[in-house]
Amino acid sequence: MARKNKSLSVLFNPLSKDNPVIVQILGICSALAVTAKLEPAIVMGISVIAVMAFSNVIVSLMRNTIPNSIRIIVQLVIVAGLVAIVDQLLKAYAYDVSKQLSVFIGLIITNCILMGRLEAFAMSNKPWPSFLDGVGNGAGYAIILIIVAFFRELLGSGTLLGYQVIPQSFYDAGYSNNGLMILPPMALITVACIIWIHRSINKDLQD
Amino acid sequence: MEDFNLFIRSIFVDNMIFAYFLGMCSFIAVSKNVKTALGLGVAVTFMLVITLPINYLLETYILKDGALSWLGPEYSNIDLSFLSLIMFIAVIAAMTQLVEMVVEKFSPSLYATLGIFLPLIAVNCAILGGSLFMQQRDFGSAWTATCAGAGWGISWLLAIVTIAAIRERLASYSNIPKPLRGIGITFIITGLMGIAFMSFLGIKI
Repeated sequence: MARKNKSLSVLFNPLSKDNPVIVQILGICSALAVTAKLEPAIVMGISVIAVMAFSNVIVSLMRNTIPNSIRIIVQLVIVAGLVAIVDQLLKAYAYDVSKQLSVFIGLIITNCILMGRLEAFAMSNKPWPSFLDGVGNGAGYAIILIIVAFFRELLGSGTLLGYQVIPQSFYDAGYSNNGLMILPPMALITVACIIWIHRSINKDLQD
Repeated sequence: MEDFNLFIRSIFVDNMIFAYFLGMCSFIAVSKNVKTALGLGVAVTFMLVITLPINYLLETYILKDGALSWLGPEYSNIDLSFLSLIMFIAVIAAMTQLVEMVVEKFSPSLYATLGIFLPLIAVNCAILGGSLFMQQRDFGSAWTATCAGAGWGISWLLAIVTIAAIRERLASYSNIPKPLRGIGITFIITGLMGIAFMSFLGIKI
């Protein structure tokens, strides 16, 4: 029973309490650049979950054979291989989205969440908990991406996933889209607002 | 002249932090005081200047579609571009290790200041990002790639040093709401500076 609880907490802690983006401040680079629209954000989230889960499992399986001094290069090569697979898959089946994400799929390799989890968790745990840890952290990252993208697309273009959400009558009454939300700096400020709310609720995280 | 324009454009218009948000992790973590920020900034600039031309040569003579034709006509239809991610990151990781060793051997004082930052750089998105942008934009020569690398490096240095200076003053003189302290306010400042840097977008050079 205790063991089951442990794997549950490994899976669910990263969603809020240990969230990789807003608590550990890892992997922000890509989190900000792909969130102007919801669709690329979702694709990016799924890609990161997949890469994290499998790289965690592979590193965890190899953890006893990797020499300590070159472990970073080994980890980077494993991650780079997985990301190259994801990149090719996206180019084959979702070409438009892969064009929008441009270099940011490649930048999953240097996403600090990946290296952080590989170093901190997968190098010292068995494959199954590592898999759960990868899925949990990937999901924590994806959630933030989706929240930010939701607000930016809704307020910036009035659409969600490309469908018009804000009715035409609003525009007739004088409402207009906030063009500032599309610009990249607003992603930072949206994340800052999420951090603000999150830390007001979880007081123990405050500096 | 073209290359000089690219250099200036890379610093201001295509700023790594304020326009693309690359290398944010170490940017947030290391920008607490100006001195360490400067150290990391110099190290990043250095690595960008070294890795970009190397990756450029790799891309043009080995990885690009038809790039192997210098080996003979029978190789001219080979396309290795799917390998580019792995090759780029391997070059960056290897160069980081190499530079670390060289610096440690020949300049212990520089190593003492840069030392702890060098391993961090292998996973700095700005370095890999530079190589990927280089691949995307089809630069004309290795020299152009070097200029762009230097420009991007300096843009990163500029960003981290300014933010570090602001944070130093912020820590002692201002009364920020508790939940926003630390990273929250850093994000907002970076966002505001990003908006300020967008004014460079209108400049044609």
